[in-house]
Amino acid sequence: MTSEAIYNQLRDIIKVYLPEDVSVESINENSHLIQELNINSAHIIDVVLDVEDAFNIEIKDSELQAMDTVSSAVEIIQKKINN
Amino acid sequence: MILKRRVVITGLGVVAPNGVEVPEFLQNIRSGVSGVRHFPELEALNFSCQLGAKPDVSEELQRQYFTELELRNFNSNGILYGVMAGMDAMTDAKISFSEKDSEPLWDLGIVFGTGTSGVEKFREAIYKLDDGKVRRLGSTTVVQTMASGISAYLGGKIGAGNWVTTNSSACATGTEAIIMGYEHIAHGKAEQMLCGSCSDASPYIWGGFDAMKVTTFKHNDNPEQGSRPMSATASGFVPGSGAGAIVLESLESAQKRGATIYAEVLGGHSNNGGHRLGGSMTAPNSTAVQKCIVNALEDAGILASELDYINGHLTATAKDPLEIENWCKALGRSGSDFPYINSLKSMIGHGLAASGSMEAVATILQLHHGFIFPNINCEDLHPEIAQFIDTKKVPLRELETPLKTVAKASFGFGDVNACVIFRKI
Repeated sequence: MTSEAIYNQLRDIIKVYLPEDVSVESINENSHLIQELNINSAHIIDVVLDVEDAFNIEIKDSELQAMDTVSSAVEIIQKKINN
Repeated sequence: MILKRRVVITGLGVVAPNGVEVPEFLQNIRSGVSGVRHFPELEALNFSCQLGAKPDVSEELQRQYFTELELRNFNSNGILYGVMAGMDAMTDAKISFSEKDSEPLWDLGIVFGTGTSGVEKFREAIYKLDDGKVRRLGSTTVVQTMASGISAYLGGKIGAGNWVTTNSSACATGTEAIIMGYEHIAHGKAEQMLCGSCSDASPYIWGGFDAMKVTTFKHNDNPEQGSRPMSATASGFVPGSGAGAIVLESLESAQKRGATIYAEVLGGHSNNGGHRLGGSMTAPNSTAVQKCIVNALEDAGILASELDYINGHLTATAKDPLEIENWCKALGRSGSDFPYINSLKSMIGHGLAASGSMEAVATILQLHHGFIFPNINCEDLHPEIAQFIDTKKVPLRELETPLKTVAKASFGFGDVNACVIFRKI
């Protein structure tokens, strides 16, 4: 799976959790999920669960913190898929 | 004596099995429309009572109150009903919610009760957890299943900054919430209080009552005749669900805003029978019931003779005649001198924790519009009740009559009692 395909799928997952005043267009590769996209920190858990379902992978608790930006999430997902 | 401020009702909201939103509810209680139906799901689960009462809320309607994100993995219909009723009551009172980036409404609080919250969500969580998948519970299992979930959801939507809490006192919950909110305003601690209660529609709420055999198993083939408060052929209650909400406000604040005033809350009282003198976990201590009514009248500063109408607890179990006897003794009124009385449970079953608030909304609507809704399924008034009061006091058809002073009471498991007095001003 190309990182672009992962990115597109991830963006679709993330957009559900955006606050009403943040548009889908504001998502880019460098976006910080909590600090820039203003996703409620409690919802990061839900993003991870959706990612696990969508890519059929499992994200460990220790890997959670590293998934702070869109690009780092894409990287982690890609690594998992390749494994 | 502490000087109490006057408190009035300026907003109503309801999500009931026979009417979602006030206009539909008003129309249907006037014409005696039943919200009780047969649930094949309950039949499949081997329930004795396969009847239930549940509000009909479309997905489209849900989206008017919740965002797509909030509805994701949402499975707590008590919170759904409560949020709808609560927001409707606020809209009816014409009180704007606090803007997203501004301060909360410091003078507006919430007392919104429930019995248990999000039982379906809790079931979902238990299955996942027992399967070793605790990490799959997601981020909203806690807020959907905590008792105070309903007041928390409403508090956030409205931006309430005063006392925001959830009370719980079984079937007296809704009436108790009104008394709590009333006292808070009366004592000068808030200007506006959103009060109400909600209860889930679910076999997992209703099952325990089915096991106790307090629900009716005789009317599975004729649902609309199943809930029969005060009837000689009453054979247990029909479990229900929903939510009712009332905005209470200091008279001063309401007048300043030019708000519509439905009625004044004159006073009320809550007490407990202590599981003594015939009372138990599930049966009422009649002395306490009578004392609760007497104390409510005293708190309201009125005489028993001033009551025009009573919205009873009257669930359609064998205890209905005892309730009527208690009212007669507490008021010192009987026969044709007794106030009019009816039970909304004849149309919507027993809404459990939601009953008091849905019934209070019906009470206030009757007071405001000057009518008494028909007590359906009571063409055969229980003979013991007929010994205490004149049959004409239990109207079988809608009766248009001006009402001035009315009482709403609820009694529940745990030997809890609550009674509140409203007056048209």
